[in-house]
Amino acid sequence: MSEHRHAHPPKKVEIRVKALESLLVEKGLVDPLALDELVDVYEHRVGPQNGAKVVAKAWCDPAYRDRLLGDATAAIAEFGFKGRQGEDMVALENTPTVHNMVVCTLCSCYPWPVLGLPPVWYKSPPYRARAVSEPRSVLEEFGVRLESHVEVRVWDSTAEVRYLVIPMRPEGTEHFNEIQLASLVTRDSMIGTGIIKPPESVQ
Amino acid sequence: MKGAHDLGGKTGFGPINPEQDEPVFHHDWEKRAFALTLAAGFLGQWNLDMSRYARERMDHDSYLASSYYEKWIHGLQTLLVAKGILTEEEIEQRMRQITSDGELD
Repeated sequence: MSEHRHAHPPKKVEIRVKALESLLVEKGLVDPLALDELVDVYEHRVGPQNGAKVVAKAWCDPAYRDRLLGDATAAIAEFGFKGRQGEDMVALENTPTVHNMVVCTLCSCYPWPVLGLPPVWYKSPPYRARAVSEPRSVLEEFGVRLESHVEVRVWDSTAEVRYLVIPMRPEGTEHFNEIQLASLVTRDSMIGTGIIKPPESVQ
Repeated sequence: MKGAHDLGGKTGFGPINPEQDEPVFHHDWEKRAFALTLAAGFLGQWNLDMSRYARERMDHDSYLASSYYEKWIHGLQTLLVAKGILTEEEIEQRMRQITSDGELD
């Protein structure tokens, strides 16, 4: 349904957006260049590559991992990642017996400074409805099959608290450096709807 | 009363169908809707909770039928009008003008 909608956006909303922008610009309340800048930031500069750096450092540096689990907002800010929609961060560490996944049942709360803007599925009714009631079947739709002894913890984000999942470091990466490790970390693994497979070179 | 937005545990929505290699924005108007909402937020006339509430007050069917940024634009217009920054009339008039000028590609 959503794909269809995106393929054929209603023209009326395009016109409405244009009308609101032109009126606000005319009244001097909004600067079109500032709009361009905001788009550029969230389209090109802020995204899961930020979170991947945080995860890789947590894997390599036990003291950083401890800081991240103790005060995620401060530890993430060490990279300069902070601000809007990431004011109060909590890091959730996956282990062989606990798998964390994140949802926002009420809307679309998501940790922008480390993951960028959320994908459509994260904001859509099926994920928001089902993540809390049948997380294992949701995970299977993402290709993640957990053994029955693994506990699944689902975290419902709020306007204040945003979560970053620290996925498990894949086997065979003991000699990888932080940059190599960061390249393995996927967006979905930091939402908790993905796990990181060992890199092909070590499979 | 629970609004349409309170989706946790509801049934009947079907599979999730995540899009592979999804772009950040699917259409140019979504970029403008996103940036305009943020920039209007900087005016300091409302906070995040008020923005959310403006979207959540959409009627049930419209909420579920609208795409994400359609909800944002609905919420933005609601707040702009409620705060007296714009009027419904001038928005409708401007929309008619844009339509008749054929400004859209």
